[in-house]
Amino acid sequence: MEALVASAIGVMTAAGIYLILRMRTFPVVLGMAMLSYAVNIFLFATGRLAVNLPPILDHAGAETAGYTDPIPQALVLTAIVISFGMTAVVVMLSLGAFVEAGNDRIDLDEEEADQ
Amino acid sequence: MMGHWMVAPVVLPAFLAPLIVLWMRFDLRTQRVFSVAGMVALLVLSIVLAVSATQNPPEVYRLGNWEAPFGIVLVLDRLSALMLVLTASLGLAVVLYAIGSGWDKRGWHFHSLMQFQMMGVNGAFLTGDAFNLFVFFEVLLIASYGLMIHGGGEKRLKAGVQYVVYNLAGSTLFLFALGTIYAVTGTLNMADLAQKVAQMSPGDTALLRVGAVLLMLVFAVKAALVPFQFWLPATYTNAPGPVAALFAIMTKVGVYAIVRIYTLIFPADGITGGLAGEVLLPAALVSLVIGMVGVLGARDMGRLVAYSVIGSVGTMMLAFSQFDQAATGAGLYYMIHSTLAAAALFLIADLVKERRGADGLAIRPAPKMINHGLLSGMFFAAAIAMAGMPPLSGFLGKLMILDALRGEWLVWAAILITSLIAIVGFGRAGSEVFWKSYAAEGETPEGPKDASSPGLAFTAAGGLLAGLVAMTVLAGPLSGWLQGTAAQLHAPQAYISAVMDGAYERAMEAERAYYEKKGYGSDHGAEPHVALEAEVQEEAADTGHDTGYDTGHDTGASAPAAAH
Repeated sequence: MEALVASAIGVMTAAGIYLILRMRTFPVVLGMAMLSYAVNIFLFATGRLAVNLPPILDHAGAETAGYTDPIPQALVLTAIVISFGMTAVVVMLSLGAFVEAGNDRIDLDEEEADQ
Repeated sequence: MMGHWMVAPVVLPAFLAPLIVLWMRFDLRTQRVFSVAGMVALLVLSIVLAVSATQNPPEVYRLGNWEAPFGIVLVLDRLSALMLVLTASLGLAVVLYAIGSGWDKRGWHFHSLMQFQMMGVNGAFLTGDAFNLFVFFEVLLIASYGLMIHGGGEKRLKAGVQYVVYNLAGSTLFLFALGTIYAVTGTLNMADLAQKVAQMSPGDTALLRVGAVLLMLVFAVKAALVPFQFWLPATYTNAPGPVAALFAIMTKVGVYAIVRIYTLIFPADGITGGLAGEVLLPAALVSLVIGMVGVLGARDMGRLVAYSVIGSVGTMMLAFSQFDQAATGAGLYYMIHSTLAAAALFLIADLVKERRGADGLAIRPAPKMINHGLLSGMFFAAAIAMAGMPPLSGFLGKLMILDALRGEWLVWAAILITSLIAIVGFGRAGSEVFWKSYAAEGETPEGPKDASSPGLAFTAAGGLLAGLVAMTVLAGPLSGWLQGTAAQLHAPQAYISAVMDGAYERAMEAERAYYEKKGYGSDHGAEPHVALEAEVQEEAADTGHDTGYDTGHDTGASAPAAAH
């Protein structure tokens, strides 16, 4: 379980970083999405991994059944909403730049060279 | 005591922004009236809050009346109040400029985006919760994405994509840092974090140090410290003039976060030692050098000002990286100065760009423009302030920093040499753009076509310059007040106890009020009263005194508070 989650975070982060270093907007957007998935799972793991446990404190059963930390779940929910919104923004922005410029290069070097 | 007024700097723009979008969408005049009124109200409010913060210890506003660390708190201390005043003043100048120059007509929703931006920035300055800081960062960023591409155009959109992607990567890093810190401490409330971090044993701090440095990287991205400054020149150069001026406060959000977190949670005499200072000092030195060399090498005025922003962030971080009271006070003075100076320079550059026609902001001689003499004078004053020459506040700010850093010969050399480079850079730009045009042949280019009121635009830029003059004249009282602010920052116990103390008493009070409201009389209400009191007391005893990091638990819970 731990190995699976850890390697999932690691692989997605690595893929995300590789993709955001590309020169075109499409892989960069994919890379951002990948990175945000990785960080969401990472946030989940910060409350320790627990399977099939309720995220509520039960006074009667706390000693035996255990529970999972609810705060990371709330944090992940917030992070998912924000990263989803941000992905939408960056998609719209890259589309706008693509339509205006006619290419999807992410650098500004060409324009600067002829100043 | 300010009561509910404390939350108003966040709530007011949060109400105004949707109102402007939904209700006044097609009526620019109403939008302008409400936008200016909102900014004036914010400014008045911030000044009242600043007066209150000066007279009182840190004040806490509990959102939803949940006790810290379970709920989110806003904390008003002198630093927060100072940043609120600075933000509102800058916001007012920018809105007036945008109205006067007609920038708000060149795209949709300028005024509502401005209000959202104010909401995010004010929230980031007020919040006392690390995750809430992330949320407000996102609010201010998403508004800034909209403002950055205001007016459209190929180059602006491309620079916008770069800016967004860079900041999204920064936000992801922020979440990683917060996750790491939460995994170690089990809390995200800043005051609670400060208590828990102080009680950790030095052997357990490996992960915490990683979290602290990751957090530093995030704030360095926002503050445009080297090596994370790459996003700044392209963004500021391609953003609309008033937006670039507003962004002068955006780098200060990063600087504020560094000052807040590394004096409160990870102080230099705490468990992580001088970690922050060791990382910050070299980064600040290199930022200063790169910024000022960039000023010398820039080929257009937008870039020139953008690089001077990087240089000034380097200068103030040199002061903040010392983490002592005198240096922090000096750094705060320089921070206010450089915000106003950078914003004034961006507005002046935009005024020049509107009047020079095809030559734009390129640093080369061109025919004289409309208002040539006035603009030359304004640029001259702002450049003197930014480069740090007498008599304006840049000189005083640098003097205070040098005075606070006696004995640091490397810092002295860096500040003095880079100041010389900056003077040469600004002097070259000024003589090419303004002076040599007297000899240049050609017709005076047509002035701005869609400016609503050039006078208002000049007033806004001049107002920022007047702010610099006021800072110079009132340097004595101001720096005295700022030393008080620095003293408050370096004695964080008042902040911590304002947030954390008295939770039990307030809970009992609420309990009592609840049962009185339910109608339990004094004679037969004793039973539930006593039972609840005992229970709350037990919990308070558990949570209040067991704040160390509990390594023994493996039941799935990491929050010591939740573990009980």
